[in-house]
Amino acid sequence: MKFTTMFKLASATAIVAALTSGAYADKMHPETGEKLAEDQTFTYRLLDGIPTLDPQLNEDVSGSDILRDLFEGLLNQDAKGNLIPGVAESWEANDDNTVYTFKLRDDAKWSNGDPVTAGDFVYAWQRAADPATASPYSWFVELMSIENAAEIIAGDKDPSELGVEAVDDHTFKVTLTSALPYFAAMTTHATTFPVHKATIDEHGDQWTRPENMVSNGAYKLTEWVLNERTTRERNEMYWNNDKTILDKVVTLVINDENVALTRYRAGELDRTEIPSGQYPALSKELPNEATVFPRLCSYYYTFNMSDKGPEAFKDQRVRQALSYAVDRKVITDNILQAGQYQAYTFTPGATAGFEVPDVAFGQMTQEERDAKAKELMAEAGYGADNPLKFDMLYNTSEAHKKIAVAMSQMWKQKLGVEATLANMEWKTFLETRGNQDFELARGAWCGDYNEASTFLDLVTTPSGYNDGKYSNAEVDQLMVDAKTSSDASANYTRVEEIIADEMPIIPIYHYTGNLMLKENLKGWPVENVEQNWYSRDLYKVAE
Amino acid sequence: MFSFIVRRVAYAVPTLLILIIASFLLMYAAPGGPFTTERALPPEVLKNIEARYGLNDPLAVQIWNYIWNVVTNFDFGPSFKYRDRSVNDIISQGFPVTLTYGIWSFIFAIIVGLSLGIVAAIRHNTTADYAAVGVSIGAQVLPNFVMAPILVLIFTLWLRWLPGGGWNGGQIEYVIMPVIALSTSYMANIARLARSSMLEVLNSNFIRTAKAKGLSERNVILKHALKPALMPVISYLGPAFVGMITGSVVVDMYFSTGGMGQYFVNSAFNRDYSVMMGITILIGVLTITFNTVVDIVYAWIDPRIRLS
Repeated sequence: MKFTTMFKLASATAIVAALTSGAYADKMHPETGEKLAEDQTFTYRLLDGIPTLDPQLNEDVSGSDILRDLFEGLLNQDAKGNLIPGVAESWEANDDNTVYTFKLRDDAKWSNGDPVTAGDFVYAWQRAADPATASPYSWFVELMSIENAAEIIAGDKDPSELGVEAVDDHTFKVTLTSALPYFAAMTTHATTFPVHKATIDEHGDQWTRPENMVSNGAYKLTEWVLNERTTRERNEMYWNNDKTILDKVVTLVINDENVALTRYRAGELDRTEIPSGQYPALSKELPNEATVFPRLCSYYYTFNMSDKGPEAFKDQRVRQALSYAVDRKVITDNILQAGQYQAYTFTPGATAGFEVPDVAFGQMTQEERDAKAKELMAEAGYGADNPLKFDMLYNTSEAHKKIAVAMSQMWKQKLGVEATLANMEWKTFLETRGNQDFELARGAWCGDYNEASTFLDLVTTPSGYNDGKYSNAEVDQLMVDAKTSSDASANYTRVEEIIADEMPIIPIYHYTGNLMLKENLKGWPVENVEQNWYSRDLYKVAE
Repeated sequence: MFSFIVRRVAYAVPTLLILIIASFLLMYAAPGGPFTTERALPPEVLKNIEARYGLNDPLAVQIWNYIWNVVTNFDFGPSFKYRDRSVNDIISQGFPVTLTYGIWSFIFAIIVGLSLGIVAAIRHNTTADYAAVGVSIGAQVLPNFVMAPILVLIFTLWLRWLPGGGWNGGQIEYVIMPVIALSTSYMANIARLARSSMLEVLNSNFIRTAKAKGLSERNVILKHALKPALMPVISYLGPAFVGMITGSVVVDMYFSTGGMGQYFVNSAFNRDYSVMMGITILIGVLTITFNTVVDIVYAWIDPRIRLS
C-alpha cells in the first residue's frame, strides 16, 4: 500500500470512528442484549482458492458460503435449516404441486440501487441451463424438475422455453414436470441465485471482479486476490441491512490445516477446521472453542458389482461378511475421535425427516456381527485354505489410509481375508473408480439438500455416482415414487433395508463438522446440518 | 555478441515448440481431466463444457490452436479451474508476488552466501572458516518445509512480530519469512561454491606471483582472486535466479502468498491444462533467457571465452 493511500485510509477510518464511536460505545445485540465488539470483522480460513464467484458456475461448498452472503435467492435458511423468506416474501404451490408461485418483496435491491425483479430470476435460471453458459451444475436445474430443463441442456430447446415466468416484476412462477416435494428447499442453493443481467452483458467473464460485480445479498465483494484472500463488506442497499451486525468478512487461503491452526492461535483467524486427530487434545485445551456438530455426509466403501468386478463380490454373503466384520466403533472412537457416528445406513440420521431404520446388522453387538461374518464367509467357501483376496482403493490421504489399514487388519484377523491397499491421486482415483477398474473403493458423499433422496439416489441404476454399478429394480422404483410422494419416508426406510441386506456398499461413518470458533464469535448455526450459514446472522461480542 | 543473441533466440524457438508439444501430450496422458468430478457429469453437460473449451477437437488441432493463439494474441487461454480467470490473469497476479520475494531472496542469498564463502576461504581452517561452513551446512540441511514452520513458530507464535502468512499486497512484514525460507538453501550453495573456488584460486600460481610482488592482501583478493573465483558461482546463479523468481511450491503453500509456485502442483492436481501450459512456457522462456544472460556475463568476466 502506498503511503498516500495508507494516509487517506487512516484518516478516513479516524473520521468514521469519531462519527460512530458514540453509537458503538454501548452497542447491544438487538435480541440477546449482549454487548457487541467494536470490530465486527470475521476472518476465516479457506482450504483452497475460490474457483468462481458466478452463482451459476459455482460447484464448490466454500464458494457457496460466499455466494450466500453476496447474493440472495428466493428462500433462505434459519439457524436450524428451516426455510425462511429471502427475496420471496411468500410462496404457494398449486394443488398437485407442479406450479410454484413466489411473491417477491418490493424493497429488494441490487447493490447499485436497481430493484430485484422476477425477470432477474428468469434470466439467472435460464442462464444456468443454457449450454452456452457451460455450467458444470446445469444438472441441478434438471434435478429441480423444471419444465424443459433436460431438453435445453441437451441443446434440443432454446433456454427461453424453460418453465419459468415473470408474471409481473414481483411474481415469479415456476412450472415443474413432476410434483417434487422438496422443490422449495432447493431454491436456497447458489445455482438459483439471481444475477444482474446488465452487469454480465457489460463485463462478460469479468463481471465477478470486485470492481464490476453487482449483487443483491447482505454483503458486496470488495476484494478478491485469487488463492490469497477475499473480502466482502456490508451492502448498504440490502433490504434488511439494519439487522446485519458483521461489517466485514475476510477469507484467507491456507492450504495446510496445521498452518491454519497456528494462525488461528496467533489470532489471525476466527474460524478454522480442526486438523484430523486433534479434536481430543483441542477440546481439552480450548473447550469453548472446539466445536463439533453433525454433518450430512457419509463415508463408505463400494463393491464393484459390474462385470469388471471380482466374482467374489457378486456373492451377497461375502459382501455382508466384509461389512459385518468392520468394527465401526474402533474407527470412530479410536481413529477419528471427533464425535463421528457409526454408520449402518447410507443416509445420516441427521437428515431432515429421515428416521434411521433399525436395520438388522446395526442392532447386533460386534461379537454377534463377527460370528455371523465368519459363518457367512465359510458358507461362501472362503477360509484359511482358500483366503479371499482383493484390492481396496482410496484417494491419497493420511486419514483414509488409517481407516483402510484398520479395516484390512480387522478382515485379516477375523476372516483371514487378504486385502491389499492401493492409493491414488484424486483425479486418477475418480477416473479409475468411474471406469470400474477397481475391486473395493472408498466413497464419500455430502447431501446437496437436506432430504434422504440426495443420498439414496446414488444407489439407483442411472445415478452418475453409482460407481459400483449396483442395480436393483425395486430400489429404482421406490426412489422414482419418492419423488412425487407427499411422505416418502417409508420408501427411504425400505431402500435402506434393501441396502443393508444386499450390501452394495459398506457404510462406515457419518461425518461431523469440526471447527475451532473464537469464543467471541456468536451465532454459528451448529444445528443447521447442511451448514448453510449466513454472515449476517453472526456477530462478535465484546470481550 | 549480436549474432550470438540472434543464434540463441533461433535455438529457443524449436526448443519451446518441443516443450509445448511434449507437455501437451504428457498432460493428456494423465488419467482424468479438468472436469472429472466426484459425481460424473451427465454426458450432455460434459459435452457443453468441452465444446466451450474446445476440448472436443482432435489433439493436433488443439495444439495448433493453442500455439496460434499464443503467438498471434499472446493469449494462453482461459483457466479450466478458475472459471472467471484467464491464464494471463492468473500469471499476472501470481508472478509479481513470486518475483518480489524471489528477487529479495536472490539478493539476500548472494550477499550472505558470497560473504560467508569468501571469508571462509580467506580465513581457511580458522574459527571463522568453521563457523561459516557450519552456518552454510546448517542452512543446507534445513529444507524449506522444515524452515517455514520453525520461522512461524518463532516469529508468529512466540514473538508475535510477523503474520503467519498471507501477502496483503506485499507489505514488508509479509515478505520477510518467505524470503528467509526460500533463500537459505541457495545461500548455502553459493557459500560452498564460493569457498571452494576461492580456495582453489588462492592456491594458484598467479596469486602467489601477486603476493610475491608485495601486493596487499586486500588488493590480491579484490583485484585478482575475486573475478575468477566467481565463475562457478555465476553458472549456478542463472538457473537459481529462475528458480527463485518463479517461486517455490512449499513457500507459496506454507505462507499462502497467492504466488505462482503453488500452481506447479495445483494445476497438475486440478488438470488445469491451460494454466499448466502457461507456467511451463513461462519457465521455459525464463530459463533460456537467463542461461543466455549467464553466458554473456561469463564472456565479459573471462576474456578467454568467446561468444561464437
